[in-house]
Amino acid sequence: MTVKHSLLALLAESPGTGYALKQRYEQRTGALWPVNIGQVYKTLARLEQDGLVAHPRGDDSAPFELTESGRAELSAWLVEPVPTAGLRDELVVKVLLALGTPGVDGRQVVQHHRRAVIEETQRITRTRRGEDLTWTLLVDSVVLRLEAVMRWLDRCEARLAQHEGAGR
Amino acid sequence: MTDRPALRFEQVSKVYGQGHVAVHALRDLTLAVAVGELVAVMGPSGSGKSTLLALAGGLDRPTHGRVLVDDVAVSALRPDGLAELRRRRVGYVFQDRNLLPQLTAAENVALPLELDGLRSGAARAQATALLDELGLADLADRFPDDLSGGEQQRVAVARGLVGPRSVLLADEPTAALDSLNGEAVVDLLRRRCEGGATALMVTHDSSISGWADRVVFLRDGRLVDTAGPLPGPEVLLAPEVG
Repeated sequence: MTVKHSLLALLAESPGTGYALKQRYEQRTGALWPVNIGQVYKTLARLEQDGLVAHPRGDDSAPFELTESGRAELSAWLVEPVPTAGLRDELVVKVLLALGTPGVDGRQVVQHHRRAVIEETQRITRTRRGEDLTWTLLVDSVVLRLEAVMRWLDRCEARLAQHEGAGR
Repeated sequence: MTDRPALRFEQVSKVYGQGHVAVHALRDLTLAVAVGELVAVMGPSGSGKSTLLALAGGLDRPTHGRVLVDDVAVSALRPDGLAELRRRRVGYVFQDRNLLPQLTAAENVALPLELDGLRSGAARAQATALLDELGLADLADRFPDDLSGGEQQRVAVARGLVGPRSVLLADEPTAALDSLNGEAVVDLLRRRCEGGATALMVTHDSSISGWADRVVFLRDGRLVDTAGPLPGPEVLLAPEVG
């Protein structure tokens, strides 16, 4: 989680002091990524050095503002592609290894993981908080990622069944 | 949710056909669904999910074992008893919506009550109240052709729920819907269960199963696994390590 760009985004909304920014940050991310106040001050100092944020009229006691270059940096970051998990996924490795291990029922291993995915989905679905948009979007992101894992596990089972059928 | 079962399958088997062409749709399946419980059924196609619902609704009879709705053995009912069960106690929600195009949303929802002998005014009043409760009041006087797919499906869910139905059977009720409309439909089922109904819902979608109190997995006609929510939503708020 990049504290630097999150602070730029918050300053794009309105100016703020280090303490106020810490509070707004935790509000906006659903308190999922707590940040300590020292980290916020240190990051603001670096942003000021780089000319991305500034105190208005050089008044050190006034809340920080976003500069023009800060705004440009933020806009570029918001649309910059994010690296995906790629092929190295622990669950994938487990299932692949299970299939080749003697004495291990691959379908059973798949089913264990499928149950775990559902239980995690149930747990997170229960945290839904009515109309809270930030929280709903966070829950959606977790639930939909779990759905992708579930679909892969379903696919594993279907392919295994197909494979066993062909080998008969 | 209570411990009292509203729906029970006792060592139920269902075989279609005979001899070497026999298909074992369900094998010795035992399952109890409590009053107020929402249970999702998952499993690959051909695992017996739809057969399970058909037996619960009395649309088909088990080859062996018993199916009980509110302690009444569905499998032993005579045709008139079965018809009454389907009209009064069991509500169905299917993937395809089958709304009658010449009737408004409210008239479609009222139809099962009218077929059950309720006067049309009283039936309409119940239908309108239900649509209102489900947040669909604005759609009451519109015809199916004027509704989106998601709206039609929610009206169809209302039709499945209307009246004193205590057991709700839903076969892929969200399959034809986008994710937000799917969520609205499962939310309706969830709220009915919180109001004391019992629901058995077939789905292949884990984000829909996430709303269930319990998820059972079928494979080759057998119940192979069960999932329940892990304890404590507050765990989600624990600071991430690393």
